[in-house]
Amino acid sequence: MNTWIAIGATALGCYAAKLAGLLVPAGALERPLVRRLAALLPVALLAALTAQQTFADGHTLVLDARAAGLAAAAVALVLRAPFLLVVAAAVVVTAGVRAMGG
Amino acid sequence: MTEQTALADSRAGHGEKPDGAVVRDALGVGVAVGLSGFAFGVTSAGSGLTPVQTCVLSLLVFTGASQFALVGALAAGGNPLTAAAGAFFLGVRNAFYGLRLSQLLALPRAVRPFAAHWVIDETTAVALAQPTRRSARLGFTVTGLSLYLLWNLTTLLGALGAEAIGDTGAWGLDAAGPAVFLALLAPMLRSTTERAVAGLAVLLGLGLLSVLPAGVPVLVAALAAPAVLYVTGRRRGGARDLAEPGPVEKEDR
Repeated sequence: MNTWIAIGATALGCYAAKLAGLLVPAGALERPLVRRLAALLPVALLAALTAQQTFADGHTLVLDARAAGLAAAAVALVLRAPFLLVVAAAVVVTAGVRAMGG
Repeated sequence: MTEQTALADSRAGHGEKPDGAVVRDALGVGVAVGLSGFAFGVTSAGSGLTPVQTCVLSLLVFTGASQFALVGALAAGGNPLTAAAGAFFLGVRNAFYGLRLSQLLALPRAVRPFAAHWVIDETTAVALAQPTRRSARLGFTVTGLSLYLLWNLTTLLGALGAEAIGDTGAWGLDAAGPAVFLALLAPMLRSTTERAVAGLAVLLGLGLLSVLPAGVPVLVAALAAPAVLYVTGRRRGGARDLAEPGPVEKEDR
């Protein structure tokens, strides 16, 4: 049930955000400070999420195979690999390290 | 209205772009990103969501980063509304894409509630890259349609596939989520400001992990954005700097 509540709230919230952009008069959200904040907000969230989903196990920090996988993804990004290849690199390396007992 | 035509005119100077070329560009993005719905389906199933819940997310939320964030937060045992809040804040950027698109596409009011569902990173990037309103509309529609169909199809396949695979961890599939976030984040780290925000957010997100309930540290980490903005604004003498939108302001990724 909790999962459905989360799904419903996310669907409503995300749709409202998308629709708001198309409906509000141009200029309402165009204040430079608001725009800068909107551009930086995903940077903060994505960075925190990347770190947590790589190094967190419940409430503790761990260094496991996922870190190697993320490093592989970073290398792929530096080499300008396409999106799917970046994700695949992380998955394959993580699985490989785990298979070797890492 | 003047703004709309000015925008269209400045782009028309580059000449018409053949419809075929627009469709090719749009399909390229739509297919490549649409296929990554598989990673979402697998991750969501690995987080404990049922295939139905996973598919409803892709059908109704349809903005990848928010979907990954939500299932990640739920897997970590977060409160449902805290988890939804993190996903929502990630989705707020789509409102700013919508602002740009509403001027560029000049959609009739009746169409907007339907078009809104497709206002995401990829459709915005393709539409903004087009030289004319006609090709922007075409690019937006083809990217949106191909991405929506594929994303939902591959989500279903991923969710069902994960059930068949069993332990998704053994296949390293739990690394797909953070890799997706990193791939979305990397092109945003253009200047010192972005890097400072990212660095501070990582410190907050990891540092508060052991002391706050699941899902909350990410919300606190979001405060890195206003904090860094405040500090850089002060250092450079405040309002003058903020009044001049630089290249950093381009929201398309």
